[in-house]
Parts: sequence; C-alpha cells; structure tokens
Amino acid sequence: MLTIKNLHASIEGTPILKGINLEVKPGEVHAIMGPNGSGKSTLASVLAGREEYEVTEGEVSFKGKNLLELSPEDRAREGVFLAFQYPVEIPGVSSTNFLRTAVNQVREYRGLEALDAVKFLSIMKEKMKLVEIDQKLLSRSLNEGFSGGEKKRNEIFQMAMLEPTLSILDETDSGLDIDALRIVSNGVNQLKSSENATIVVTHYQRLLDYIVPDFVHVLYNGKIVKSGTKELALELEEKGYDWIKEEADAASV
Amino acid sequence: MTTIIKNKATDLFLENNPNFSTFENLRKNGLEFLEAKGLPHLKEEEYKFTQISKKIEQNISSFKGAKRSELTSENLKSNLFEGFEGDVVVFNNGHFDAELSSISAQNYSFSKLSETQPDLLGQIAKNEKDPFTALNSLAFEDGIHISVEKGKKVEKPIFLIHFNKANEGQIINSRILIEIAENAEVTFIENTVSLDEEVYFSNAVVEIKVNQNAHGYYYRLQNENRKAIGANNFATDIHRDATFTSVATQLQGDMLRNNLTLNLLDSGCEGNMYGLYLLNGKTHVDNHTNVDHTKPHCDSNELYKGVLADSSRGVFNGKIFVRQDAQKTNAFQQNNNILMSEDAIVNTKPQLEIWADDVKCSHGCTTGQLEDEALFYLQARGIGKEHAKGLLLYAFAGEVFEHIAYEPFKEYCIQLVQERLGSNF
Ligand SMILES: Nc1ncnc2c1ncn2[C@@H]1O[C@H](COP(=O)(O)OP(=O)(O)OP(=O)(O)O)[C@@H](O)[C@H]1O
Ligand SMILES: [Mg+2]
Repeated sequence: MLTIKNLHASIEGTPILKGINLEVKPGEVHAIMGPNGSGKSTLASVLAGREEYEVTEGEVSFKGKNLLELSPEDRAREGVFLAFQYPVEIPGVSSTNFLRTAVNQVREYRGLEALDAVKFLSIMKEKMKLVEIDQKLLSRSLNEGFSGGEKKRNEIFQMAMLEPTLSILDETDSGLDIDALRIVSNGVNQLKSSENATIVVTHYQRLLDYIVPDFVHVLYNGKIVKSGTKELALELEEKGYDWIKEEADAASV
Repeated sequence: MTTIIKNKATDLFLENNPNFSTFENLRKNGLEFLEAKGLPHLKEEEYKFTQISKKIEQNISSFKGAKRSELTSENLKSNLFEGFEGDVVVFNNGHFDAELSSISAQNYSFSKLSETQPDLLGQIAKNEKDPFTALNSLAFEDGIHISVEKGKKVEKPIFLIHFNKANEGQIINSRILIEIAENAEVTFIENTVSLDEEVYFSNAVVEIKVNQNAHGYYYRLQNENRKAIGANNFATDIHRDATFTSVATQLQGDMLRNNLTLNLLDSGCEGNMYGLYLLNGKTHVDNHTNVDHTKPHCDSNELYKGVLADSSRGVFNGKIFVRQDAQKTNAFQQNNNILMSEDAIVNTKPQLEIWADDVKCSHGCTTGQLEDEALFYLQARGIGKEHAKGLLLYAFAGEVFEHIAYEPFKEYCIQLVQERLGSNF
C-alpha cells in the first residue's frame, strides 16, 4: 500500500530525513519510535504533503500512485490521514461545518454523492460514540479551547469520519490519561481492517499494549536504524535509546 | 487642488446649484473654509496615505454636480436583498427620488432639507472638521431630513440606497440629517450602487443626532465600481444614556475615504464601530474613525478587520479622545488585517489621547498572513486549498457581521463576502 524508498527531506535547507525506507501493507500496524527530534513528525508531515518540507531525494508510492506529486488535499482524498501531534486551533470555523465540508469533498473525489445534513448528522452521531466525544465539543470552533486530550480525541473522530486507508497517528497518545488512552485506542482498533493500515508514532510502549504493532521501527537522526517486532518496543522501554544511538553512530562512522 | 477649488468650485458648484440661496450661511462658511485651506494636499497628515485630491484631479474632468440619471424600478428591485421589509429612500446621483422611494413615515417624519431648513444641519458634521464636508456643504442641492418620534421605535429598518452614475457632471453630493428623539429607536441600512463602470466622485455627508436614551443602528455597505472615488463624512452626536452602533463594510471601489466620528456628549452613552474591508484589485479604502469621550461613564467599542488581496490598500486610523471630565471611560479598539499578497498594503494607526486618569482603554492592531498551519490542517482533511482559504478568511472576517442585528441584511453581507472569498481569493 505504501512504499517509501530512500526518502530525503529538508526544511529551510537543513536535511532532516536522510534516507527512509519503509513498506506498509494492508492490514498492518507499524510503530515508529525514536528520540525527540529524530524526524518522526517530519516523516508524517512529508507523507501528508506539508509544503514547508522539501523532498530532495527518494520516492513514495501509495496504492500505486506517486504520492509526492499529489496536493495535501488529494492525498487525504486518496485515503491518507494524519492525526496531528499538535492539532491546530481554528477560531471561527465550526467543527461540524468543517467536517461536513471535508467529508463531502473527499466523497466527491471518490465518486460518491454528497451527504445531506440529516445523513451527515446520523453518521456523525454514530462515530462520536466510537471515541466518546461530547456533542458540545463539536458545536464549538474547531479545536478552539479544547484540552490536549479533547484535541486528540477529535483527531481520531475525524479519522473515523473520513475512513482513510492509511492512518498516521503522530503521538496521539502523548498527554492522554489511561482512560482517554483506552478510549482512543479502542476507536483506532475498531476502525482497523484488513484493507487499511496504521502507522503509530509514539514514545510510549503503553500505547502498544492497546494498539498492537506488527512492526516496530526506530527512527534516529533521519533514518530508520532498527526494525523489529513488538518485542523491540519492550526492549526500548527498558533500555532507552542510548544503545541504539551507539550502534547507529558506530555504523555511520 | 487649491486652485481647482478656488476657480472651479466657485464657478461651477455655485453657479450650477439652483438651491444655493437656501442654507446660505452653511454654504458660505464652507466656501470660506475651502478658500482658506483647499482640499487636502500631499503633505496633509490626515490624508497622507490617501491622496484623494490627486485622485480627483486626475480622474474627474467635469467638476459639476451630476444630474439625475435614468433610474427604473428594476434597478431598485435588483438591489433589494432577500427578506428585506421596510421603507426605502432612493437617491439618484445624490438627489432624492420620491417616485422610487416608499416612505410610510410610520413613527418618524420625512422631509427634504429645503423644506425644514433645520439649524442643526452642519452642527454635527462641521465644515471646519473636514474639507470634504465643507465641499459638500457648498455643493449639495438638497438632502433629506428624518426625525424619529419621541419614544417610538421604527419597527422595520429604513433602507437608504444610492444609485450613482456620472453624466455631464461627475460629482455626487448627498446630504442626510437624522434625528432620533428621546427614547426612540431606529435602524438604517445604507448601500451605494454604481449603475455603470465609469468614474464618479461621491462626496457624502451624514449627520445623526441620537437624543437621550435613544438607540440608533446604522449598517452600511460600499460595493461600488472599480473607478468609484468616494469621500464620506459621517458624524454622530450621542446624548445621555443613548447608544449608537455603526457596522460598515467596504468591498469595492477605486478610492474610498470614510470619516466616522462619534461624539459621546453625556454620561451613560455607548458608541460602537465595527468595520470590514475586504479588498482586491487596486481598491484603496481608508477608514478614519474618531470617538470623543467628553463625559464620565461612557463606553466605546471598536473592531475593524481587513482582508487585502492583489495590490489593494487599506488604511485604518482610530482616534480615541478621552477628555478630562470623562472618568470611568471604557474604550476598546482593535484592528486586525490579513494580507493575501505581497503587493497589498495596510497602514494602521491607533491614536489615543487620554486626559482623564480613571479610564480603561485598550487598543491593538495586527497585520499578518493566513496561517499556513491552519491551511495545511484543513487541506490534510481533504478540503481543497482555495476552499480552505475561503473558510479561514471567512472565519476571520465574519466576526464583524455578528454585530449586525438585522438578520436579512446580515445574511446578505455574509453571502456577498462568501461569494467573494470563494472566487477572488
Ligand atoms: N520548521 C522547522 N524549522 C527548522 N527545523 C525544524 C522545523 N521543524 C522541525 N525541525 C527540526 O527537525 C528535526 C526533526 O523534528 P521532528 O519534529 O520531525 O522530530 P520528532 O521526531 O517528531 O520529535 P518529537 O519526538 O519531539 O516529536 C528537529 O531537529 C527539529 O528541530
Ligand atoms: Mg514529533
């Protein structure tokens, strides 16, 4: 579904991603871990099409298409979903209005007819249950004044509404208490199928107790320096990143 | 410019004005002022960003008052917005059009200025305050005078609609005087419509007196043709416990200068000024507002917002004057701008002069671009870039319309702005 080959990207001339290779197949869950500043969010942003990042080398194909050629909105319409590490507050744009616009533009692209207000609301209600999000929250401006946890929940709620094939969750678990974590993970798990795939970026093994990964990758200094199964996450939890950094630094000398 | 005024104004305005002898004192006073100072020149501080005299000199060839143009009920019909019900006062090149107007005069009286010749005329918008007011005093033929009756509410808004189109003369002089008696209430809507794409210069003066405990609402739209030049002087005297709210929207023109003055003359009164300028092409809009707190316990609130695309230009100058007597004043001012292109310019300047010590005043201005982060967030959810921009801009601009209490007009403004944001930005 997603193939990343030798991906290099920089921001304002500074290289951040330095040759990423990754293959994600339908039905899989990949976890990406790594120390702060290693490039995890950068990778997520590049995949979602953030223009500030310049891809200097490499290829990304998604469902057979060259992802890098598509605009951010077309990537979303093709089925890429990024749950932001820091969801943006947008005063004056109502959550409901925004979501209806998004859903209908995605549907239009996929050749489906637009949802009318009634249908939209009933789908919305159903998906709201999934992440136990309060109706009141959605009657406000998008993310405005939401708590950290509410913002993260809203991300997963949007994901549920947009039905992506590839979801990239960038530290969706950070800052969540145990209950919220359980709710959010539950939501993600219910949306999982054999047709779609998930990439979870996280610092914490505890998320992976809920969303069990098929593969765990360690990103360090712009490269995936180690890949393994879920046991790797446990090892990282126990030993930290220093041994990996040492290994990687030694290899690159 | 001074030359134009000295030679042409006296010759053309005066000789072409059949009503010169009415309001003779007002006119002579205006003339004196103009002869002494002329129209604002290049170095005039108040007009330094808006070279309107030069604009007039370069674009107006016939310095005569425009006569009535052909105007039909069709013109009127196509400019009434959905849901509007109320009286309509039609101006044809600044001249009152009795035939197309529909005036029930319920709870208010309506007359031409020449009929009532009120002493109040020129007392609120004073000739010496602005040369264009003086010019208007000199040049207007006749105007209208509306007086809302004591203790009465004019239930439906009064729609003042101007149709402008140059003919042998290119100058349009309208003059409006409104009195709202004690405990009365009224809402006005004002719109200026260009009948073609040719240049004209509209020089309008509106004076409003809001008497004790009365309430006035004034919603104004300027969406003129791309060559329109306008100077608008709008002055309000607000008396004890009275309130007045102005919401002004500018969407198009060549160069528009608006002077809005609220005089808070006695305690307990409130003045509100809201504005949106949404500009593209080469449109230049200058809003100079001025609120004068003279007595204690008065509030003023001001919010002007601008969105500027292409090589448009916006000027905002907000004066707040708090006199020594005006203790316990609350005065708030905000001006926020979004620039959509590198060629767009905004000049914003708050001017606070505070002589009382127990006051709450705040002001702030910002000028920025559309936030990339927000735009990306919307796009990442599948919303097309242009549409996303429109959503964000509307989220920014729409706040101004919250202050329009007359729903059909609010809807109309929202619709105009959304159309604009959907297509032009
Ligand atoms: N806009 C920017 N300008 C300059 N440098 C940037 C910018 N954005 C990110 N970087 C740098 O790129 C590097 C990678 O950042 P990124 O956010 O991808 O890390 P991360 O792995 O997601 O970290 P964290 O775990 O803290 O979320 C960091 O060194 C960061 O400082
Ligand atoms: Mg990150």
